[in-house]
This record gives sequence, C-alpha cells and structure tokens, in this order.
Amino acid sequence: MKLMNIARTLIVALAAAFAGFAAAHAAAGKAEHPHKQHWHFSGIFGKYDPNALQRGYQVYEAVCSNCHGLELVAFRNLGQKGGPFYLDSCPAGVPESVDCSNPNDNPVVKALAAKYKYQVTDGPDDSGDMFQRAPVPSDRIPGPFANDQVARLANNNALPPDLSLITKARHGGPDYIYSLLIGYEEAPATVEIGAGQYYNPYFHGDMSQALKAEYRDAEGHPVDGVKIPLGGVLAMAPPLADGIIEYGDDSPQTVEQYAKDVTEFLMWAAEPKMETRKSLGVMTILYLLILAGVLYWSYRKVWSNVEH
Amino acid sequence: MSHASNYKPATGVEKWLDKRLPIIRMSADFMDFPTPKNLNYWWTFGGILAVMLVIQIITGVVLAMHYTPHTSMAFASVEHIMRDVNYGWLMRYVHANGASMFFIAVYIHMFRGIYYGSYKEPREVVWMLGVVIYLLMMATAFMGYVLPWGQMSYWGATVITNLFSAIPLIGEDIRTLLWGGFSVDNPTLNRFFSLHYLLPFAIFGVVALHIWAFHTSGNNNPSGVEIKDVKKDAVPFHPYYTVKDGFAIVVFLILFATFVFFNPNSLGHADNYIEANPLSTPASIVPEWYYLPFYAILRAVTFDIGPISSKLGGVIAMFGSILILFVLPWLDTSKVRSMRYRPVARMWFFLFVIACLALGYLGGKPAEGTYVMYAQIATAYYFAFFLIILPLLGILETPKPLPRSISESVLHKSSKPETSAAPGVTAPAE
Repeated sequence: MKLMNIARTLIVALAAAFAGFAAAHAAAGKAEHPHKQHWHFSGIFGKYDPNALQRGYQVYEAVCSNCHGLELVAFRNLGQKGGPFYLDSCPAGVPESVDCSNPNDNPVVKALAAKYKYQVTDGPDDSGDMFQRAPVPSDRIPGPFANDQVARLANNNALPPDLSLITKARHGGPDYIYSLLIGYEEAPATVEIGAGQYYNPYFHGDMSQALKAEYRDAEGHPVDGVKIPLGGVLAMAPPLADGIIEYGDDSPQTVEQYAKDVTEFLMWAAEPKMETRKSLGVMTILYLLILAGVLYWSYRKVWSNVEH
Repeated sequence: MSHASNYKPATGVEKWLDKRLPIIRMSADFMDFPTPKNLNYWWTFGGILAVMLVIQIITGVVLAMHYTPHTSMAFASVEHIMRDVNYGWLMRYVHANGASMFFIAVYIHMFRGIYYGSYKEPREVVWMLGVVIYLLMMATAFMGYVLPWGQMSYWGATVITNLFSAIPLIGEDIRTLLWGGFSVDNPTLNRFFSLHYLLPFAIFGVVALHIWAFHTSGNNNPSGVEIKDVKKDAVPFHPYYTVKDGFAIVVFLILFATFVFFNPNSLGHADNYIEANPLSTPASIVPEWYYLPFYAILRAVTFDIGPISSKLGGVIAMFGSILILFVLPWLDTSKVRSMRYRPVARMWFFLFVIACLALGYLGGKPAEGTYVMYAQIATAYYFAFFLIILPLLGILETPKPLPRSISESVLHKSSKPETSAAPGVTAPAE
C-alpha cells in the first residue's frame, strides 16, 4: 500500500508543519491584550447591575458626552425594564394614577431628559422656524455636535465615534473599552508623538512610523534591541481622573471604577435586550434538551426491532 | 417516485381528490419512501438543511418588513429592529447565525457526499443540483451580509464585486451592472436586497428538484451498495427516519441556540457594527468564515501565468474550485462508492478535509509571508485531489471486498465490529 503510506506521511508532515507555523506566528501582535474583567453581565445568567448602570450613565453624561454622541439610545430606554432607571413602582410623592414602569412616565427619566445638557432641535413651528427645546423621554439622547464637520472642527480634525454600539464594534468588546480607558501611559522614549496625540498600548494602532530616526536603520526598520511599542496613538486625551465625578453611593471614585461603570453602561446601550435574550435562551435550551431526550427515546423504541 | 404506491384513499373526499390532484398520494408516498436501514447520523444533515432553509426564509421575511434598503437608513433600520421591534433582536440573531449554521450543515453534507461517493452513477444529477444549491447559497449569503451596511458589508461588497472586473472583455461591464453605477452605492444595496429576497425561493425550487432526483435514484448509504431487497435492506422513511432526523435536528438546534442566545456576535466581525464609510478602509477586510477557504484560494495565486494576470488567475482558481465539483462524478474513476471499502482513498480524503480546514484558517490571515506559501500548497492539493488523485486511485487502488447487500453489511458489522467501520464515522447508536 504505497499510496497509503504517502498519504500517511503527508498527514504527519502537515501536522508538524502546522505546529511550527502556529508557534512562529504566535509572537506577532500589535496591541496589548485587554484585561479580562468579570462583568455583572458575563455568563449565561449574567445581568446588568442597575447601580453600575446608573453610575455609568453619570460618567457618560459628565465626561463622555462632551465629545461623543449616543444617538441610538432614547431617554425612554433608560427607564425600560433592564435599563438603569427602571422603576417597578412609583416613588413617594407621585400621584397614584401614574404608571412609573412606563418609561415615558418614569419621573426619574423625565427629570433627566428635562435637565439634559443638550437641547433637541424641533420644528418647524407655526412661523416656519426650527427651534431648540428641552428633551422629553421619547427623544433620542442629543449629542454634542450638530454634524461630523463641527465635531472634527472642535476635535483637532479627529471624529469622536458615536458610543451606542462601541462595545460591540471593537475587538475585545467591553474588556477592550475598559482597558483603553484605564490604559493611558507615558509614551516610550523611542517614539515621537505629535501634539494632540496620546499614547495607549491597548489602542489598535501602529507605532512603527512613530519610531524616532535614531532608532531606525537605513531602511527604516528598528535597529537591534529596539522594539516597536505595542498599541497606538489616539486623539482622545485620558478622559478620566480620580475623583472628578461625585458618586451618590459609596463606590470608590477612581479611574478604574469610573471606567468599569461606564463600560457596563455602554454595554447596556449596545445590547439593551441582553437580559431577555439570555433568560429566553435558558428556557429554549431546556425545552430543546427535553425534546431531544423524548425524540431519542422514541428513536430507540421505533428502531428496536430493526438491525441496522 | 420510484416505488409502487401503497396509498389507498379511504374517504370519499380523498377518492375524489385522488382522481383530480393526487397530492395526498404524493405525500403518502414520500413518507413511505423505502430508505436504506443503515443510514448513519451523517445522513441527517439533509433534513437539518431543509429546516435551516425554512428558518432563514421565515425570519428573513419578518426582517424585511422592518428593514429599509437605503444607504442612509439601512444601518439605523437594523438597529431599530434590534431595539424597538418586538423580538426583532431574536429574528435578526437567528437569521445572522442561521446563515453560519446553514453553512456548517452544508459543508458536512458535502463532505459526507464525497466520502460515501454519493455523486456516483446514478446520482450525478442529485449531486450537480446540490452544487447549484450551494452556489445559490453563497450568492444569497454574500448579498445578505451587505444589507446591514456596516463597514465589512461595504468593503466586502467592494472587494468581491471588483473580482468580476478581472474577467477579460466583459468584466468591467459586469461590475458596473452589479453596482448599478460606478461604485458600491445605493443602487447596489437595492438590487442586492431584491436578489437576497428572491434567491432563497430559487434555492427552495432547486431543493425540490434535488429531493425529486434522489427519490428517483434512491438514497445512497454508508455501504454504497444499492438496495437489493426492499424488505431486508430498507425501512419506510416514516417513522424510522422522521424520528431519527427529528432527533438530530433538535440536537443541531441546541448548538444553534447556544450561538443565538449566548454568543450571537461571535461568528460576525466587530467592524460590521460600524456604519459603512466609503472614505475609511478597515485595517483588514475579511469575509464571513464560510467563504474563507475560497478567499485563501483567490489570494494564493500571486503570480502571472502567461497572459493571465495574478488577479484573473486567482478569480479562475476560486470559481474553478467550486465548478470542479460539477464534474466530480466523472473525475472519480472508482466503481466503489463508499470509502469504507477504499482504505487508500480514505487517507487522501482526510488530507483533503485538512487542506480545506487549513485554507479556511489561512483565508482569515493577512496575505503575507508564509501564509501565502501554505495557502498555495493547500490550493495545489485541493485541485490535485480532484484532478489527479481521484482519477488515478480508481485505477491503482484495490478496494476491500464489498458486502453483498445492505443487510449483510449490517450483520457483518455487528458480528465483527472492528472491521469495515470507518474511524469516527459510524455513530455509536447504530
């Protein structure tokens, strides 16, 4: 069986080649791996923590919203079941006729919308003019800029991305967002960084062009002993600092805690239906497992007198 | 249907209808169809695929009620489905992950067909219709992936439609026709949406032909030996295979559900949650996982061959890798169907599976350095398997003796379990 031996040898050789190949490529990697966090929403039974979501909204409102929009989220979403400000029953002082579980009547959400830092543009009014007014729960959360051009003008020509889907739109998801927020550090001495640029080892960028001339050889490659630093530079200055936001509860007022809370809030903003999804998933899989058991038993029964 | 009908209209209405439109007779014959009694679990993927097609059509029709095919609204309308439509998130995640599940099932189904020689006489037409279905699936899935109008949608569409421009003389015109203009834009999105809605029904039609064809030739089976005696070798499709397929379908749905409910985005690309932006190219443009082997073949051709540019060569290799399946029944010269009795061919087959998996892995990697070389080796093997190995093996190889009948192959197996069963192929419950 000569042909069989050839095939066997090829399989062994392939396996060996693949092992070597995987090892050779494992070293490549352009950014620091994000810190794996245990999140309230991790796992099959994970749920958002309403307190973390409320604090996260506070961080978004106080810091992120100065540059970033959240255009897919409406104020009413904040009061939906599973949202940060959902109310089962009304707080004291609200008339009995009001159903606070309805996000549009939720007094907390109404107040947040009414005193939000940005207004919404409405209209045209009876004289044909557009006008500004305070948001109501049915409005989307207004962003800081009227359009991308203004946003670039205000941000050194960089466009701050909308945050509605940010935790799903980046590799590494919430771990990445968290790591980026806490991960700013002094750039290594080997690189030159332009004004208005900030180094972050977690950012998906490319530092090979930032290497100073004295650390490159004639072809532009790094000289011996010098490595291209991980990560990249971005136009966002480190947004958080210890103590800049006053929490209503006794959670620590640190960069780590702010980053963790705002990431959880942004995960909720990207996946507001996650809790429903997971609980429906548990029931669906239980149902399917039982059905599979019944069908397997039926299969054995039906086939019991057939040799096959 | 190839077997004698056992249907006897019992009521007056049935008798009346049977003379005019024998639809009940057709269904009864379908359920009664004599099916080899030795089909293993690899044969359940046909039923799984039928279920997947129906799931995709139902969820797709509902999604189309809420989706807006316009470049400025498509992305937002998908998010509207995710956030504001009742159970819209469920519909979308089922549909998006359903595409992946559909492809997992179809690849297993195809490998099963190759391993057991299900394409051989008299089932060539069954096989070729299957290849047509697979091509239609590829086109449908590709256009479906463009609809959310994310970054990968846009840039994937740009890369793939540009491939057509490599065709000499008419390539540029084909590309313009696909685009409906001079770049991927709103007309492209509109026609892709229209075709994405149309093609699944075309698939449905070809599936009907596929089933009709193998109800004419009869099912192949793991022994590759035809049914000799219907009483000894076969069982009626219902209840024997309805219950077995039913069990397998539910097990497959459990796998499907774990993705939909607990990992709905793991098979997609993060960049597709960024709205399409023609001015910003993503760091790497990667197609969906089920295209990766073909993407690797496309990029493996890095050299010009005479007057054929490397780009055209890649396109030819990529389409050739699928079109070659049409002539597989005539490339494989062996008279023995099942590789259970072809120990040498079996080894080359497993190498072929490894080559396909390697191509899938390499397709997801940047086309640089050793990745390209490995992709070239795997591509060479892919074609060699069909063009050199299968034709030669039929002549050179000495197959093991075949069982005289299906029932004998089953008896043989239960008395001497160590022989004839292919490793990892025989299901334990058999």
